[in-house]
Amino acid sequence: MTTSRDSSPPPLRSSDEQFRGRPDPSARRFEYVLGLADDALVSAQRMGWWISRAPELEEDVALANIGLDQLGQARSLLDHAGRIEGAGRDEDALAYLRDDRDFRNVWLVERPQTDFGVTMARLLVLAAYQSELYAALTRSTDPTLAAIAGKAVKEVAYHLDHASRWVVRLGDGTEESHARMQAALEAEWPFVEELFAPVDADLVAQGVAADPTAFREAALGTVRDVVVEATLELPDVPPAVGGGRHGLHTEHLGYLLAEMQHLHRSHPGATW
Amino acid sequence: MVTPTLTNAWRVAASVPDPELPVVTIEDLGILRDVTEYEGARVHVQITPTYSACPAMETIRTDLIETLKDAGYVHVDVEFVLAPAWTTDWITEEGRAKLERHGIAPPAPRDGGPVDLTLSVRCPQCGSLDTHESSRFGSTACKALWVCRSCKEPFDRFKPL
Repeated sequence: MTTSRDSSPPPLRSSDEQFRGRPDPSARRFEYVLGLADDALVSAQRMGWWISRAPELEEDVALANIGLDQLGQARSLLDHAGRIEGAGRDEDALAYLRDDRDFRNVWLVERPQTDFGVTMARLLVLAAYQSELYAALTRSTDPTLAAIAGKAVKEVAYHLDHASRWVVRLGDGTEESHARMQAALEAEWPFVEELFAPVDADLVAQGVAADPTAFREAALGTVRDVVVEATLELPDVPPAVGGGRHGLHTEHLGYLLAEMQHLHRSHPGATW
Repeated sequence: MVTPTLTNAWRVAASVPDPELPVVTIEDLGILRDVTEYEGARVHVQITPTYSACPAMETIRTDLIETLKDAGYVHVDVEFVLAPAWTTDWITEEGRAKLERHGIAPPAPRDGGPVDLTLSVRCPQCGSLDTHESSRFGSTACKALWVCRSCKEPFDRFKPL
């Protein structure tokens, strides 16, 4: 971790010295992988909200499956992040024992999504982004990251397909569904740009990280094609402030983590 | 594709059924990647998940250890490998036949793209090709839900991946 806040779990021992100046390369790789992991983890938790609440049984199963895919990706990424960090934190420690300021996910995924249109608009954007991201990361010089991406890219193709179908069906549907799908796009659009903010340039130069500015056009092109087919319009709204990659979050993340982490923290070491 | 070296340990490991689809073994599904025997009855097994979040992996690990120990191996070590990424093309011909016999339509061979939509799916109950997808996501991460228009029965289909 590049932060040394009091609430952080076990302080790094081996590389404390280096943290006083520029973070050492492994700490920066840890931060990068954590960002990918937290996007997937927080989105998975939001998807879980839909279980038993989706508009139809098949959709209930679909959203649960999509959330499960994201959770699996998050687990692999968190496990990898923990090994990079080398401080003995496993996937559970990283998922359950960090506070909101130590999470690195974007704002797009952390806000509540109790509206089905919003859920589909968000999944469309996220899956279009992750499709390009994971495709690029299959060529990462970090072999574990490349392997995780190689699995994830195939799963995300199904997520993108699912979201695209719903956005088209609702956008090109009734007057009511069209208006609500457009409103959903407007609601999510301020949070799109944060996905494509530049990442650590050295990691990109080393071939570890994928440069989001390089695949921004491709990802947004995918979204645009779906939006046009759905007879909707791309919103013209200014981007939100963002800051998730640096640990700055909306108030919603705290509530999400409270629910997600409560059991693990209340019963340390419990197994079943 | 890994060419299996048919050691005794491989044969034992290959007999472990998939916990979610017990009609097929982990060898049939292409989950079993490598089995290496060492001196002193030690075995190292590599398995790969179908999906990142496949919940069966821990159970398969436990089953492998138990089965191999029952067969006389003393130390069994199971490793999860992610690369190369699992694909439904690794399901063996025998695996496909077993799946179909048990009412699960096997996946079509993948042809480049990640989502195969073009071929019609044969109903494993009545053999009709007049079927449609009811939900792309089914009872497990690796299956989709289909319905047959001829016999009206729903069935699972292994998703091409």
